[in-house]
Amino acid sequence: MTDDRLTGDHRPTRSTSPIRSVFTNTQRPALKAGLFILCLCPVITSCSGTHSPLDPAGREARDVATLFFTMLVGGALIWVGVVALLFYAARKKRVHSEEGAGRLILWGGAVFPCIVLAALLAYAVWLMPNVRPWVSGSGDGLRHIDVTGEQFWWRVRYLDEDGSIAFESANEIRMPVGERVVFSLTSPDVIHSFWIPVLGGKMDMIPGRRNQLTLEADKPGIYRGVCAEFCGTAHALMGFTVVVMEPAQYEEWLATRRISSGGQDKQGLALFLENGCSACHTIAGTDARGTIGPDLTAFGERGSVGAGTLGNSRDEIARFLRDPKSVKPGAQMPHFTMLPESETDRIADYLKGLR
Amino acid sequence: MKSFIPREIETLWTLFTAPTVWALHFIACYATVAVFCAKRLPASFSFNSVRIALAIVTLAALAMIVLSTWLAWRQWGFGADDPPHDEPTRHSRTLFQGFATLLLSALSFVAVLFAAIPLMFIAECQP
Repeated sequence: MTDDRLTGDHRPTRSTSPIRSVFTNTQRPALKAGLFILCLCPVITSCSGTHSPLDPAGREARDVATLFFTMLVGGALIWVGVVALLFYAARKKRVHSEEGAGRLILWGGAVFPCIVLAALLAYAVWLMPNVRPWVSGSGDGLRHIDVTGEQFWWRVRYLDEDGSIAFESANEIRMPVGERVVFSLTSPDVIHSFWIPVLGGKMDMIPGRRNQLTLEADKPGIYRGVCAEFCGTAHALMGFTVVVMEPAQYEEWLATRRISSGGQDKQGLALFLENGCSACHTIAGTDARGTIGPDLTAFGERGSVGAGTLGNSRDEIARFLRDPKSVKPGAQMPHFTMLPESETDRIADYLKGLR
Repeated sequence: MKSFIPREIETLWTLFTAPTVWALHFIACYATVAVFCAKRLPASFSFNSVRIALAIVTLAALAMIVLSTWLAWRQWGFGADDPPHDEPTRHSRTLFQGFATLLLSALSFVAVLFAAIPLMFIAECQP
């Protein structure tokens, strides 16, 4: 064995990193491909779920998803074409005339993009009325739900046919499947944005204005809505549950909500009232009539605690009401760490039991 | 025929003709629709008539741009010489300006078409 330092064949090794030494040259492309696919995983998982516009449950969202996939496929084809051309040019096996190159630039670089852009523009403009259907007038005969974006939760008011408030709820919207619902959106504090990705596009909630958005769900299920405009510290923790129900089931739910009582747990209710919770919260059928915070009627049925922050279990409720700011920074509710745990647990029990 | 087609003159202004036509067309489309929808003019004057009027404006704009293109093509010597026209001569300068005008006219033509596409699909005012 000769020492290549003496023969002059010595090449200093560039790196001794463990990855380089473990994988041989033939394995490295496979490693790169594997890493690339791994990086794609989080992107691919966002293609479905309770709040992905690519997994639609409403007509408008379906159109948005079609537009997205059309553009994705078109963009991918053009990208492949351009990259293929790039590789071809880099190899440069054949010589092309200047005239031919000029023609390629004219047709491939000017005429083709103009036609593609014109087609895309026409398709998108043609799609606009479908993506944001307009209800003429005030949408008579349709169901109306008022939604107010508050820092950092959602006030939801279901309206009667005559436009009066039937009952209030919070952080959960229920709607019947296959029926167009008119949402009237506003805000008392800052600009929020109301977005149910699986049903359609978003709409801003602007203080002093009332924006109208209509949505129609065509698949029953439980979905998630979010605030889509930065509104303060807890913006990312300002979600809500959307429950799309069969019409008959929905009517039944409406009827039970109109005659809500405060539950059977008199002791829990007494603690709730004694500790001042009723200054901010309402529970229909009881003396709790506060309007500053979310309405807690039928709270036990809701999908989450703290506007999409925690799951709705007794322990999570107790955790939230002991110290809301620790789980939801910026929450306006004061902490109740001064109460003994037995009492906060008791109140949590009571709230979880509300139907 | 001579009175129809302008004589060939040497001025920089011809360069801006097509983009100016595009800008005026753009303002005409946007301002007309915006004012019509904001003021809610009486029903005797429907949105469809606005569309037809703007379609006529579009055709007129396109015709003007086509004329500008043809004049630029003529100034460029109908493509007899290839760019770049970078000789320090009067002839080269004329050809360069003709070619630049030709490209700008083509761009303006496409821009006017793109600005007019929504007219075909948007059929009413939405508050």
